[in-house]
Amino acid sequence: MSARDSILNRIRAVKARGEAPAAAARNEIGEYIRTHPESPRPTGDWELVPQFRRMAAAMSSTVDDVAALGDVPGAVAMYLKGQSLPLEAVCWPQLANLDWAAAGIRIHTGRAQGADMVGVTGAFCAIAETGTLLALSGEDTPASASLVPETHIAVVPVSRIVRGMEDAFALVRAERGQPPRAMNFISGPSRTGDIELNITLGAHGPFRVHILLVQG
Amino acid sequence: MYFKPRASEKLANPTLQRALANFKERFVGARTEAVAQVPNFEELREAAKAIRNRALANLDLLLEEFERNATARGARVHWAEDAEAAARIICEIARTHGVKKVVKSKSMVSEECNVNDALEAQGVQVVETDLGEYILQLAKEPPSHIIAPVVHKSRDEISDLFAEKHGTPRKTEIAALCREARDVLRPHFLSADMGISGANFIVAETGTTLIVTNEGNGRMVTTLPRVHVAITGIEKVVPTLEDVALLLRVLTRSATGQPISNYVSFTTGVKGAGDLDGAEHFHIVLVDGGRSKLLGSDLWEALRCIRCGACMNHCPVYQTVGGHAYGWVYPGPIGSIVTPAYVGIENALDLPNASTLCNQCGVVCPVKIPLPDLQRKLREQQVDRGLRPWTERAALRLWAWVAQRPGLYALGTGIAVRMLSAMGGKERLLHSLPGASGWTGGRDLPAPAGRTFRELYRKRAVRQ
Ligand code: SF4
Repeated sequence: MSARDSILNRIRAVKARGEAPAAAARNEIGEYIRTHPESPRPTGDWELVPQFRRMAAAMSSTVDDVAALGDVPGAVAMYLKGQSLPLEAVCWPQLANLDWAAAGIRIHTGRAQGADMVGVTGAFCAIAETGTLLALSGEDTPASASLVPETHIAVVPVSRIVRGMEDAFALVRAERGQPPRAMNFISGPSRTGDIELNITLGAHGPFRVHILLVQG
Repeated sequence: MYFKPRASEKLANPTLQRALANFKERFVGARTEAVAQVPNFEELREAAKAIRNRALANLDLLLEEFERNATARGARVHWAEDAEAAARIICEIARTHGVKKVVKSKSMVSEECNVNDALEAQGVQVVETDLGEYILQLAKEPPSHIIAPVVHKSRDEISDLFAEKHGTPRKTEIAALCREARDVLRPHFLSADMGISGANFIVAETGTTLIVTNEGNGRMVTTLPRVHVAITGIEKVVPTLEDVALLLRVLTRSATGQPISNYVSFTTGVKGAGDLDGAEHFHIVLVDGGRSKLLGSDLWEALRCIRCGACMNHCPVYQTVGGHAYGWVYPGPIGSIVTPAYVGIENALDLPNASTLCNQCGVVCPVKIPLPDLQRKLREQQVDRGLRPWTERAALRLWAWVAQRPGLYALGTGIAVRMLSAMGGKERLLHSLPGASGWTGGRDLPAPAGRTFRELYRKRAVRQ
C-alpha cells in the first residue's frame, strides 16, 4: 500500500469512516469550503484610510500622498533624493508607461537583480486593519521587485484599500478566480529579532517600505 | 532523553540565564500588550479552536481536497510515513532536478526529519537562511525555541562565531551582525537551484501552502530558485482562506505580539506562463511521523497546535532551563506532549513531569489546548505501562499498603512527625534529610509541629 493510502486509512480508522468516507461528511465539508464562511474579526471602530495610515506607520512603513497616478514619478524622485538614493529602479511592467524619464529616473522592468537598489511596485490591494500591501505575482507584477532591493516603493490607489484579509481574498476570487503562484502580504520592511530579541530592520528583504497613496 | 541532568547544566550556565531573563520579559510583555488591543480576543481564540477542530475532524477529506487542488495547479504532493521517508523523498527530488545548492527557510518539520544531513550526505550544499537558523548551522547546534531558535545565545557569542567563520573583523553592533549575515547569504539566494520552506498552514480550498515570516528569507526561498519544496505535517491543513485569516490574527499576536508578521506568503502551484520569477517545479511533502496515531489517542488535541510558542514563552520551567534541556525539536509544554507522542513515550519519560501543572500555557494557548491535562494523561500512561522507576513504584506500593491499615498508618506517621520535629530543632527547619536531598539541596524543609493531623483533629473534636 502506498504511504498516501496507509496515512489516509489510519485517519479514516480513527474517524470510523470505513474505506469509503461517508457521503454526508464529504458534503458537509465540501459545502463549508464552497461557502467559506468568515470567523469573527477583532472589534474596533475605525475608518479605512486613517487606519491604514496608522497601521502602516506602526509596521515601520512610511506613507505619502499623490493626487494622481501621473504624479508618481515625481514623488518617487523626491523620496529617492531625500534618502540620498540613486535615481534608478527596477519597476513592475504594469507601471512602466508612467513618465519616469521626465522625473529623471531610469527604470528597468526585468526580474530584480542583486544590484537593484530600489524596487517600484503597485499592489493588488491594501488592508487597513494591519497596514498591509497585497502583491500578486504575474507577468506584469513580478514578486522579486518588492523583495530583492533595499528600498521598496509601492503605489496604492486609495480606492483599493479594503478592511481585512477576508476582503482581500474576496477581491482575489472576484477578479482573478484563484490565487496566482505568489500572493504576498507585505507589512513594512523586513526585520529580525533573532539576536538577543533586538528588532533590527532590513534582514533579507527591504530596509524601507515607502507607500504612495494615489488619491484620484 | 535525560531532562534532569541537562536541566541542572542549563541552570548553572550564566549566559543562558541572562538570555532567558531577557526572553521572558520581551515575549510575555509583547503578547499581553497585543492581546489587550483586541477586546474580543477570547472570541477569536474560540473561533481558532473551532477551525482547528473542524480541520482535524475532516483531516482525510481535507488532505485529499488539498492534493487535488495543488496538483491541478502543477504542484506535486508527496506523502511521507515518517521522518526517514520524508528525507528520502527530498533527496530524490534534489537528485531528479540535478540540484547542487539548497537554500532553506525555517521549518521545524524539516528538523524532525534531519533533512539537512540527508542532503549533505549526497553532496548537496544546504544553507540555512533564517538568521537564527544560520547562526545555529555555523555553531552546529539545534534550535532552542520554535520561533526564536537562537534565543539561548548572546550577542558576544555570535560576534565571535561570525568573526571565526566568516574571517571578517569582529563586529559588536547587532545591526552590523545582521548586515554581515545578509551580505553573506545574498549570493546563496541568487545562485541556489532549490529552496526548502515549511508551511504554517496548507489550504484545502486552493491547494495553497503559506509561510509566516519577518526576515524575507522565506520569500527569497520560495521565489528565486527554480525548484521549491514545502515540507509540513499533515495536521497543518485548514479548509479555507478565511480560516487562515482568523488563525493568523491569533498566531502572530500570541507569538511575537505583532498584529501581523511582515510577510505572509501564499504559494499556489508553479509559476504562471510569462512570469519573470517563481519556481518552475513545486513539490509539497506531507509528513505523518506519528500524527495520525496521535489523532486516534486521547492526546489528539495537541494536533490543534499552530506553533506560536506562547506556551513555552509563559512556562516557568522553560523560562528557567531553556529549550535544549527538552532534548528534541519541540521544547516547552507542547514539546512535552508531542515528543513522547512522536519519538515514543519510553524515550521521553521526564518531559510530562517537567511541569508544575500551573496552566500558564493553557491560559495563553491561542487554540486552547489543555496542555496540563495532556501532561497528566501522559503521566498516567507511564504508570499504566510500568515505565516509572522501580524505586518510585516500590515507594508508592509501600505507602498504599500502609495507608490501607489505619492503625499502622497512625503509628508510623506519629513516630515520623516526632522524629522530624526533634530534628528541626529550635529553628524548626530541616537543612538536610536522607532520601530527600532533591528538595533540601536547594531549600530548607519546614519541620512538622510534632503531632499528626489526626491527633490534632481528635483533640479539637473532643474540645468542642
Ligand atoms: S500548544 Fe498552543 S501555545 Fe503552544 S505552540 Fe501550540 S498553539 Fe502555541
